[in-house]
Amino acid sequence: MPLRKDIHKVMVLGSGPIVIGQAAEFDYAGTQACRALREEGLEVVLVNSNPATIMTDKAMADKVYIEPLTVEAVQEIIKKERPDSLLPNLGGQTGLNLAMELCESGFLDKMGVKLLGANPETIAKAEDRQLFKDTMEKIGEPCIASKVVHSVEDAVEFTREIGLPVIIRPAYTLGGTGGGIAYTWDQLREIAATGIMYSRVDEILVEKCIAGWKEIEYEVMRDAKGNAITICNMENVDPVGVHTGDSVVVAPSQTLCDKEYQMLRTSALNIITELGIEGGCNVQYALNPESFEYAVIEVNPRVSRSSALASKATGYPIAKVTAKIAVGYGLDEIENAVTKKTKACFEPTIDYCVVKFPRWPFDKFVYADNTLGTQMKATGEVMAIDNSFEGALMKAVRGCEIKLDSMIAPRIQQQSDAEIRKGVARTDDQRLFHICEALRRGIMTIEEIHEITTMDTFFLHKFQNIIDMEKELASAETIDKDLYIRAKKMGFLDKTIVELSGGKDISGVKRLPVYKMVDTCAAEFEAETPYYYSTYDEETEVKPASGKKKVLVLGSGPIRIGQGIEFDYCSVHAVWALQKLGCETVIINNNPETVSTDFDTADRLYFEPLTPEDVTGVVNAEKPDFAIVQFGGQTAINLAAHIEKLGIPILGTPAWSIDAAEDREKFDVILEKCGIPRPAGHTVMTEEEAVKAADELGYPVLVRPSYVLGGQGMEIAHKEEDVREFMKVITRNKVENPVLVDKYMMGREIEVDAICDGDDILIPGIMEHFERAGVHSGDSISIYPSINIEQKHKDTIIRYTEALAKNLAVLGLVNIQFVLYNDQVYVIEVNPRSSRTVPYISKVTGVPMVDLATRCMFGEKLRDMGCGTGLHPESDHYAVKVPVFSFQKLRDLDTQLGPEMKSTGEVLGVSTSFREALLKGLIGAGFQMKKKGAVLISVRDSDKQEAIRIGERFEALGFDIYATSGTANVLNRHMVATNAIRNVDEPSPNIIDLIESDKIDYVVATSVKGRHPELGSVHIRRTAVEHAIPCLTSIDTASALLRCLEGDIKIENCEMVDINTI
Amino acid sequence: MKKAYLLLADGTLFEGKAVGYEGQSIGEVVFNTGMAGYQEVLTDPSYYGQVVTMTYPLIGNYGINFDDYESRKSWVSGFIMREIAEYPSNWRCRLTLDEYLKEQKVVGLAGIDTRALTRKLRNAGVMNGVIYTEGFEPDEQTIAEMKAYVVKDAVKAVTCEESRVYPAEGEQKYRIALYDYGVKYNIERELQKRGCEVVTIPALTPPEDVIGKFDGVMLSNGPGDPAENVEIVENLKKLLKSNIPIFGICLGHQLLSLAIGAKTTKLKYGHRGVNHPVKDLDVDRTYITSQNHGYAVVGESVDPSIARVRYVNLNDGTVEGVEHVNRPVFTVQYHPEVCPGPMDTSYLFDKFMDNIAKAKGGAQ
Repeated sequence: MPLRKDIHKVMVLGSGPIVIGQAAEFDYAGTQACRALREEGLEVVLVNSNPATIMTDKAMADKVYIEPLTVEAVQEIIKKERPDSLLPNLGGQTGLNLAMELCESGFLDKMGVKLLGANPETIAKAEDRQLFKDTMEKIGEPCIASKVVHSVEDAVEFTREIGLPVIIRPAYTLGGTGGGIAYTWDQLREIAATGIMYSRVDEILVEKCIAGWKEIEYEVMRDAKGNAITICNMENVDPVGVHTGDSVVVAPSQTLCDKEYQMLRTSALNIITELGIEGGCNVQYALNPESFEYAVIEVNPRVSRSSALASKATGYPIAKVTAKIAVGYGLDEIENAVTKKTKACFEPTIDYCVVKFPRWPFDKFVYADNTLGTQMKATGEVMAIDNSFEGALMKAVRGCEIKLDSMIAPRIQQQSDAEIRKGVARTDDQRLFHICEALRRGIMTIEEIHEITTMDTFFLHKFQNIIDMEKELASAETIDKDLYIRAKKMGFLDKTIVELSGGKDISGVKRLPVYKMVDTCAAEFEAETPYYYSTYDEETEVKPASGKKKVLVLGSGPIRIGQGIEFDYCSVHAVWALQKLGCETVIINNNPETVSTDFDTADRLYFEPLTPEDVTGVVNAEKPDFAIVQFGGQTAINLAAHIEKLGIPILGTPAWSIDAAEDREKFDVILEKCGIPRPAGHTVMTEEEAVKAADELGYPVLVRPSYVLGGQGMEIAHKEEDVREFMKVITRNKVENPVLVDKYMMGREIEVDAICDGDDILIPGIMEHFERAGVHSGDSISIYPSINIEQKHKDTIIRYTEALAKNLAVLGLVNIQFVLYNDQVYVIEVNPRSSRTVPYISKVTGVPMVDLATRCMFGEKLRDMGCGTGLHPESDHYAVKVPVFSFQKLRDLDTQLGPEMKSTGEVLGVSTSFREALLKGLIGAGFQMKKKGAVLISVRDSDKQEAIRIGERFEALGFDIYATSGTANVLNRHMVATNAIRNVDEPSPNIIDLIESDKIDYVVATSVKGRHPELGSVHIRRTAVEHAIPCLTSIDTASALLRCLEGDIKIENCEMVDINTI
Repeated sequence: MKKAYLLLADGTLFEGKAVGYEGQSIGEVVFNTGMAGYQEVLTDPSYYGQVVTMTYPLIGNYGINFDDYESRKSWVSGFIMREIAEYPSNWRCRLTLDEYLKEQKVVGLAGIDTRALTRKLRNAGVMNGVIYTEGFEPDEQTIAEMKAYVVKDAVKAVTCEESRVYPAEGEQKYRIALYDYGVKYNIERELQKRGCEVVTIPALTPPEDVIGKFDGVMLSNGPGDPAENVEIVENLKKLLKSNIPIFGICLGHQLLSLAIGAKTTKLKYGHRGVNHPVKDLDVDRTYITSQNHGYAVVGESVDPSIARVRYVNLNDGTVEGVEHVNRPVFTVQYHPEVCPGPMDTSYLFDKFMDNIAKAKGGAQ
């Protein structure tokens, strides 16, 4: 069937902010879908609250709404735009749930909007636990013994029937929020209660725990004709029990024979057929490792994180094909975009091994619970390709940017045998490295480890191979060619080979890898738009150069706290700008969730880790004329010096400038030269030096490592023991770069992104933070245009920006953070690179920043580009960026905001009225606007005076006020009627009981010192988070919320803004 | 560790490590793109005379079990893979792949750039080669022999000498004569499962021994150039004159096509894998199929007054199956019995059963 005739205008729903369990993969999916629809001449209306995405780019859709993904907001947009259809299955669980609500309420019917690619019955069959079970039973697909319950008592009763342990899975949540495995009755009660709370429909599934079975996934597709195919299957190295998002995953399955493979494949196709899904779908299985017995764990009737992985692993564009199917095409009518010779109706076959490795946030969140279970905790992932499992695994590990080049983890090497054994038994982010260390020391056999972890011995033997190679390298007399190549094939870096061999010379045997294609068909057909991976093979398949100028763009690696999707936005835009300039583009990146690793973004894509040696290989193969590093976040910046060493000129800001901005002494020289003040500070290497520096500056001080992004390891120290604690954390891994200790100034934070062409600068906008300095810029509510900055300060900011840009020889983008303190502007930080705010400022000001920056690198001048110079005229629309956190998923993590970034994503509220923009931002970030109820206030002494005003405002709205004794005293003394309640350390009923009683609607809790989960204040905040009660950890954020509560504006009355019209 | 080599007819030499049996073997070098199923491939008689290269790099991961053989032995002339698993893992695993190759005297080669070899075969077409272990280097004469090698008398080499009877599972409904041109066990299993007593008969069994004695005839898969089987084609012509329902697979399909006057041709590098899309033109549906063939029926040579091309390959448009216009006879180029491969088209066995039921109904 060709394109449906009754479709002209399609609304596409995005997935909203990046949170754990729903990351950049939906930007990739949505972007591909928008392009696929527009290719068909359809008008596309896009709604997504996440401004850092490529899909919300003006060019991606005809109408772009960066509005909250709530029923109310989307209804208003539908009324305004009158689309004839809605595509719901590419926006993750968020998009799907939203579409279902719109459909179930009858709104879509009323508005004459057709739901494409899915229908509510289908979705309910997959998502509603009982309906799903019934459906599976009907077609004879086995499920795990389970029961849907709505109360803790019923959960306990059913568990008595089937026995512990059981898994609790809440219905309609993403990434398994609120679920877990219960081994004891107490755990069962606790997890069941949490699960019921998080479920949209107060529903959980209690399920027999089959931990230890193989976990296998199938990505399948189906069209309206009934053609159904498998794209890829995947095997989790971690057996059932660890969320697939937290598992090391290998594609294709390694330990399944054809009978097992086909048995599950047939099952997956039966399921997608029975559910009647049109498009992509993911089915997860548990397979008994001792028989043909299997059970369907879960079906995702939509494009998912696994689809992104399967797409990148095979080259098959699942999102694009899903969009084409939704508008009427059959799989047999859609072209295979990689080969351009065959059709989309086939099953990709791969001739390499793919390993996905999760990127967890525990390097930053050192006190968060790092055990892994059914609740996903990773913020991102990397994918690596090689033709051995060992090679792919090693690439994945070093590409993950966790300071490891191989399976050797220095911190674990220092542990005792007993600790190693304990580590093997503990399912956490370090388990794999504990297993390797146990094998390395020979203290456990493969069989023992298998007994404990239930990991398949196939994989354990592979780890053993890597360990054996380490030992062979260590004991070799010389590194001969044979040994070298064998080590390379297992993924060892040259520097690791040298290190392990005790510094032996490898110059005589050293060689670079060749590159093979990802072509969907194992070389059976010639490919037109393939991408590449490195191997130590004989034949390379890199195509000859086109003769155009070739530019290498370095990507930004896995999504982690502090380095999110915005850098992918910048990399992709750089590629597009370069293509417009007539250049051939080469991109290196290893993040399967992103648009930059889509097969048709750059002319050449190398799916490789971003390490010096891996980059050297690509540079040698492609011989680019230039490289660009300023768009790929810290990952790319860290490679700048290396690229220069390889003799590849860096376009834009030179490497020395990046160094000068990070190096305290060099930077001070520049500031002095420009006459720009900054908070006093020192550079230190050790704990003692840090304490000395802090004493000299006077507390509070800011302690942070240099050369990191997102304020990693940054903390405000109020006393000596804080400094000591933070230094211990920072120096836990080896210290390569110095640590900075600065005087901390609690003023208004201001942020600027600018473009410099060498002569002029252009500042698209000045952003002001709602929270005072001390909260990381990424975690602050940020406002553009600024509302509280006097013109004289703006002038100063422009002057400073210009001086800094010129003196740092910026060519391209620069991000500068200022603090306004006692009527004076100080510079806090300069980053001569793209920043987190570039995408949203580009969108609301209409200044295509990356495009302009790229053209500047080629010698064009800003004054000729039509966007002006100096400060760009302020927009008549306010854009309020509100951070979004994933606190619910990270147990024991303190939610107190501070200088270290904690947010995983962000949303934007756009309106001509500031208050409306703020409201949209807060709603988009998930805040409920409750006009009455109860608020709990517990603040540190320094906030108590300001808390009075906060209390008064809540009181005026009609809220009941509760506070811990200290805060209550102050409030009551100031005529704010407050109920005093006992603190955490006092006997029950205390503050925790109150939070758990569900009486509280908002919590305002700040404390002097946070982080450690045993602290009372942390306990309060965690309890609030676990009960899904908004917890405001800064007086300023509370004040922002109050501004919205106090007005009588509702989202239904706000104008929905198509950013293409700003 | 011993080395092993593959020398191709064009002079290209691949050097890797020896696995399996040590020796020397000549064959037609082909590649298979399936990611699992090496045990079934090794024991599929259709690979007679061929040196099979697996494009998936990790082979032997789940070892060899005693249930998944597709015939009594391995027929390949040599086996090439990138990496052989030393420590397989699967609950049914009984032997390592290396042990099995040794037992079956299959010369193996591992550790070569299998993708480079596949690309060569894709671009140049299937090519002859000699696979040998260090110490078994081919001399001039062997190389000349290799260059001149053609897979000959293949069906005769693989067919059974005497007929074998396989009882029906459950209540017996039909008796089927299964011509063994190189049959895979799973064809027998699929028929048994459907209540058929299956009598597997030698390839040259005269049609007279079949007509009137069976409810249906199954033509199996098998190796080699279909056109060399002149006698079989003549037999099939006779068989076609009766009204007995016939279902042919792979070589069986090609032989029956020859019997109705169509022609066959050799493909450049064949179809060997488990991901080939085949379109059923009658119902506008595409199925993913398991394939293993180097020859194909020429579409234009099928006389539309006798039969029509019902199934075509979505990738290259080649003929994937024909249906007789006025007899209960149909054949497919692909493998609905799979093993290895996707089971999407096993409904064809049901269709065969329906044809038999209708034919019997008519006879009664």
